[in-house]
Amino acid sequence: MSNIQVPVMAEAAARGEKPEYLFWVGCAGAFDERYQKVTRAFVKLLHHAGVSYAVLGKEETCNGDPARRAGDEMTFQMQALTVIETFKAYEVTKIITCCPHCFNIFKNEYPDLGGRYEVTHHSQFLKQLVEEGKIKADPKIFSNNTIVYHDPCYLGRGNGEYESSREVIAALQSKTTEMPRNRSKAFCCGAGGAQMFKEAEPGKKEVSTERTEEALATGADIVATACPFCMTMLTDGIKFKNKEEEVKNYDIAELLVMSLGIQ
Amino acid sequence: MAKQIIFILALLTTLGVFAYTMRRIFSFFRLTKPFPLNDWGKRIKVTLKVAIAQSRIFRFPGPGLAHALVFWGFMVITLGSIEMVIDGVFGLHRSMSATGWFYDFVMASGDIMAYVVLISIVIFLIRRLFMHIGRFYGIEMQKKSKLDALIALGIILLLMVSLAGINLSYVQMHPEGYAGFYPVSAKLAPVLFGEGRDLYVLHEISWWSHILLIFIFANILPYSKHFHVFTSIPNVLLSRLEPLGQLPNMESVTNEVKLMMNPDTAFAAAPEGAAAPSRFGVKDVEDVTWKNYLDSLACTECGRCTSVCPANITGKKLSPRKIFVDLRARMKEKGPGLVKDGSYDDGKSLVRDYISEEELWACTTCNACARECPININHPTLIIDMRRYLVMEEAAVPPPLATMLQNIQNNGAPWQYSSEDRMKWAELL
Repeated sequence: MSNIQVPVMAEAAARGEKPEYLFWVGCAGAFDERYQKVTRAFVKLLHHAGVSYAVLGKEETCNGDPARRAGDEMTFQMQALTVIETFKAYEVTKIITCCPHCFNIFKNEYPDLGGRYEVTHHSQFLKQLVEEGKIKADPKIFSNNTIVYHDPCYLGRGNGEYESSREVIAALQSKTTEMPRNRSKAFCCGAGGAQMFKEAEPGKKEVSTERTEEALATGADIVATACPFCMTMLTDGIKFKNKEEEVKNYDIAELLVMSLGIQ
Repeated sequence: MAKQIIFILALLTTLGVFAYTMRRIFSFFRLTKPFPLNDWGKRIKVTLKVAIAQSRIFRFPGPGLAHALVFWGFMVITLGSIEMVIDGVFGLHRSMSATGWFYDFVMASGDIMAYVVLISIVIFLIRRLFMHIGRFYGIEMQKKSKLDALIALGIILLLMVSLAGINLSYVQMHPEGYAGFYPVSAKLAPVLFGEGRDLYVLHEISWWSHILLIFIFANILPYSKHFHVFTSIPNVLLSRLEPLGQLPNMESVTNEVKLMMNPDTAFAAAPEGAAAPSRFGVKDVEDVTWKNYLDSLACTECGRCTSVCPANITGKKLSPRKIFVDLRARMKEKGPGLVKDGSYDDGKSLVRDYISEEELWACTTCNACARECPININHPTLIIDMRRYLVMEEAAVPPPLATMLQNIQNNGAPWQYSSEDRMKWAELL
């Protein structure tokens, strides 16, 4: 236990403080047991680097992304306008999030509804902290590991961000490898477009199995991701292939925390 | 003089038929919804990169190179075709030869490219006829589509053979000198004809078959998937410029939601002039934007989209290519009725009669299709628009998604967790 107190916007406002960044935790980051660990890892890094931030806590609500992708524009816009009101109350101008879906919708789709913010995905933010020397990874920790990175669609093709996660991974000085389908040719994990919340249509195999097989074939022992949905799909895929002993699935924030030894 | 009259009649027939076809297609465009355009500077850049420089097609390097060579070949050869039309109409001979070095350049590049295109077309024919290329197959690839491909390749092959025939016979007939510069034909002609100079008939046959084939080709194209030849450059110029991850906003919903969320207007009647849209989302051809329809006309069914689609690769019914093949076919079916009578209804629709719910719900919106399309067709936005119709007009939602939506409405998360628990993750810090 590191006794980190996570600053909450309402409390900060009551103290008359105005944190520089809103850290948008997202529903997966708040509720998904596996991704909660990523949220904690990222918060540790924020504190380690001395970033001025706060979360919305109980005032956070779904920003409507899965509803919009499922075709329910009404529910999406109700959520979005609610979130925009909350942001307005705390004069939010800069948002960081660990979820590429949240990143995409804030960055690209909220402006249509009047919500304009400087939105950063945690991969971009961490890359910057590494570059500025605020996070210095210990090169010994992962020197015997091989890391393969899976591009989340909404970060990669969706927003053209292929390199920031790779640069964070490069800072770990592990061995790295690539899947044959990487960057703009990356193969989806199968969870996007609201697939996360439903069974797949009948077919020959699960999309996540196809991608997991590709990741396992590289021989890497760590599959790195930067998206809660990709994490769920690949973790399940690795379990389905009975490889969970040999191959681990981590978010880039978790890898950085491990390399700093601040667990 | 007789030749001139025949040529002018052929040209007028070509233009007449073409104008008829274009009028028909434009009447279909008038049935569609708006798609706002902006940022012309960026559009021109995208066109230079994606269309002129063929950047996307090289993502499949081998066939990509063959295609790019055919495309660039067509561009230079078309300049020569313009001269042929001028010659034909005014009864002239090589009317542009007075342009000097420019003429040499156009003729030389056209001569080289004629043979390059010829080789590329032979490669394409071999791929189509003798190799089993996965993306050339699929439920949407009907006989007509395969026949279309072979007809187009056959005509282009004949166009290049006849062009070579023109150049070969021309240089061979004039050993004393000729207008323009024909690096390949000048080398090849003596090999083929030796000292024979009497090639007037071959020249005439080549010239007439080349120009008449162009006229015929131009009028077949709009009725085949190779309408692509005319529509793909405009399609790239008019592409969606937003990041692929971004979905278009539904203004009509924004107006309703704002009314609902404002306590002063929540129970009041909608203000005048704020007419509700006829339909949320896309059910049929009259609901799509003109850009969606242009996408369907520009698609040449290469199947790169489907070949990278995760749903398709893992055996689901969804094929992104089929979405646009279906849209085009449905417009062809319903368009004429709608042009005559705006309320025409044949009891069918694009959603369900052509594209099943199963296909629409299989999409992960990963955008691999849109990223791969060599002419910037955007499949996911149209798929989402059809989901919008299913969900908002028919409440036809797969049950697990209905649960997810209910959770968002009730407790502000796609899962059934209380917002009171939103900070639980921090307890373990």
